[in-house]
Amino acid sequence: MQKKDLGLAILIIVVGAVVYLRNPLFLSPINLGNTANLVGLFGIFAIGQGFVIMTGGIDLSVGSVIALLGVLFVEMVGRYGVPWPAAVAITIALGAMIGLAHGILITRFKMQPFVVTLCGLLIYRGVARGYTAEATAGFPFGASYPQLEWLTIGRSYGIPHSFVAMIIIAAVMWFVLHQSVFGRHLYAVGKNDEAARFSGIRSGFVITSAYVICSVLAAVAAIYFAMFTKSVQPSSHGNFYELYAIAAAVLGGFSLRGGEGSIVGVVLGAVLLQELQNLVNLLGIPSSLNFAVMGTVILLGVLADQQLAAYRAKKRAAQAFERLQPEGAEN
Amino acid sequence: MSGPQELGLRFQGITKVYPGVVALKDVSLNISAGEVVGLIGENGAGKSTLMKILGGVITPTNGSISIDGKVCRGLTVAESQAAGIAFVHQELNTLDNLDVAANVFLGREKTHGRWRLIDRKAMRDAVQPLLDRVGAQFGPDTPVAALSLAEQQLLEIAKALSMDARLVIMDEPTSSLTFSETNNLLNVIADLKAQGIAVVFISHRLGEVEECVDRIVVLRDGRVAGHLARGEISHDAMIRLMIGRDLKSLYTPPKAPPGGPLLSVRNVRTQAKPANAANFELRRGEILGVAGLIGAGRTELAEAIFGAGGKLSGQVRVNGAPLDAGSPAEAIAAGLYLVPEDRKRTGLILEFPICENVTMANLRSCLRNGIVSRSRQIEISEQQRRNLSIKTPDVRNAAQAMSGGNQQKVVLAKWLSMDPKVIIFDEPTRGIDVGSKSEIYKLMRELSDRGVGVVMISSDMEEVIGVSDRIVVMRDGGISGELQRSDFSEHNILTLAVGKALEEA
Repeated sequence: MQKKDLGLAILIIVVGAVVYLRNPLFLSPINLGNTANLVGLFGIFAIGQGFVIMTGGIDLSVGSVIALLGVLFVEMVGRYGVPWPAAVAITIALGAMIGLAHGILITRFKMQPFVVTLCGLLIYRGVARGYTAEATAGFPFGASYPQLEWLTIGRSYGIPHSFVAMIIIAAVMWFVLHQSVFGRHLYAVGKNDEAARFSGIRSGFVITSAYVICSVLAAVAAIYFAMFTKSVQPSSHGNFYELYAIAAAVLGGFSLRGGEGSIVGVVLGAVLLQELQNLVNLLGIPSSLNFAVMGTVILLGVLADQQLAAYRAKKRAAQAFERLQPEGAEN
Repeated sequence: MSGPQELGLRFQGITKVYPGVVALKDVSLNISAGEVVGLIGENGAGKSTLMKILGGVITPTNGSISIDGKVCRGLTVAESQAAGIAFVHQELNTLDNLDVAANVFLGREKTHGRWRLIDRKAMRDAVQPLLDRVGAQFGPDTPVAALSLAEQQLLEIAKALSMDARLVIMDEPTSSLTFSETNNLLNVIADLKAQGIAVVFISHRLGEVEECVDRIVVLRDGRVAGHLARGEISHDAMIRLMIGRDLKSLYTPPKAPPGGPLLSVRNVRTQAKPANAANFELRRGEILGVAGLIGAGRTELAEAIFGAGGKLSGQVRVNGAPLDAGSPAEAIAAGLYLVPEDRKRTGLILEFPICENVTMANLRSCLRNGIVSRSRQIEISEQQRRNLSIKTPDVRNAAQAMSGGNQQKVVLAKWLSMDPKVIIFDEPTRGIDVGSKSEIYKLMRELSDRGVGVVMISSDMEEVIGVSDRIVVMRDGGISGELQRSDFSEHNILTLAVGKALEEA
């Protein structure tokens, strides 16, 4: 796991160096600040997706959740004058309820995660568009929320606060995934659900919690995106964001079969994705090729990683076989 | 014994050796056309190995097979099929998303035209007469999902006929059939025989074997223990041939006479075997063996008690306190642990380090300042490694790199690092070397002397007789009898396991 993260970090540095040599603007404070902002925004919900992928599941509804909760947050604060701390709390609570619903449908009613969250993708997007009647939700002209803005789109020493928020969330989630009992149970359930259950781990609770974490982080991201874009266009806001999150997790070493991955990995995955976007812009590649570049890099990255893993497994098997020989002679 | 129409299948001196195990030793067998041969033997006697050789799945180490005068060392799957050998397995191989005709012609679909489109009509027309031959009440276009188990079995037999089978091998075909369905199957076997098709009938249900076969071949420890001609067949004769080896004594008596009840199981029925309810009691200080043939519902009962699912009804008490475990977590909280039969699937997470596996059920005890402490996990695992002499260079290694015996010790370490009241061992020494086996027996005795209840499910006669203080025998989900040490014998266990009463000696 450690090695995987290191490899990804090296890849990020190498790509960065190449871009910098071709276009020194890459390391300019403005470019770094903007990229960090995007890394923060995308990283927050990619971490959540990581928890779901850890269980062997998937959450396709993230982008729609960001759109729906973004619309509701802007409406609450902008139109109905709900104090912003209350609006934040309500938004996060709604996120938790969405995640709980996904988790219960998947663990209690044994529905497939793909189906449940695909329906979620359609439903939340549809509700957002229906609620606004396709109109863009925005804050009233001239309105300002100094504290909220400082927290979300403010910067300290040039570092965007969205990035800081992502780092704080990542640190907390690092403890949850890598240091807590719950985290160990998550790995166990993801790797071998049956064996985990036979060891007394409540796999239904563990899986449901992962979906709650995912949707709560999507709700947090929804607030940050709403503040960043200042207005939410319900038919396009957050489109395909779930795929960015899945891509970041996969790049970061998560297996879609579950039981593998790390917080550092998914954060580095989010960094690499934004770096690639940035590369397309800075190197003058037509931005229409954006997705093609991203897809190619992910494909090659995962391919290389799996080939390496297969090679390592083969080597390990050979070593284990050698170790077995003297033991066999003993018996 | 061979009739006039020679099928010409002849096994001569077949031997199959696996590393460390001789599965078959010098087995010879002839089968003639239109003959129904019963093949019986204990669990592990070599029946399935022999059938796999017939099916071409494995090649014998030694010996020859001759089909229609052609002699060869072993068969391939294709050769076996070409020779007209067909299987009807215990677990049916039907696809329930297709209809009957499509299943019969799976992989050999009839087509028409240059685009090779499926010719449904030709398939239907070809299947109908086959269904008539096996007396099926359903048509070729019935979806398989709508068929009962018994009907799916008829479908498999029809499929065998469609391949011009001359020999149909049925492996435990009646284990999940009702009484009338079984009778119907026995009629079908009689019809096949009348059509000149040979049948090998493998079953633990001696009554059915007695009813439908022309002669019996008994396997024991990989050898042919004897033949019984039609006139010689009786329950007693079959059981006598199935057993009859000297058992090494493994027995260590308990330190103290058994005390009060530790685990009591009252009227527990499982979804898998709802026909009978199980009743037994485990007393403090004794090792209770649970014997029975494969498919008797022992594992299902253990999992039901442990809360892993499949419990229909009944009461379980641990130390007098009722336990209605809806999940393993509840059973574990009550101190009832299970060492499962399939340790690779449910006992361990193979890819995880040994120390994670050992502490998996009790991670809370490894917390330091709210954080799972790796050093504490290693400490606990090291302690268990010493206690159980688990052979590994480092407890941080993955469990999959170890031998079966050591993996089983890791499963035990998980439970012993906690506070067991009752441990159910399900086939604790399957696939384990002799050395680890005796260590596990010793450990079970130590546990029971310490006052921990030990229930041991085992299909290994030597083990169940050599280790238990008392044995209950299961059949079809229920307890068909109980044996005290003085009555332990393979004969008595088998008699109860096939559902017969013990005669008073």
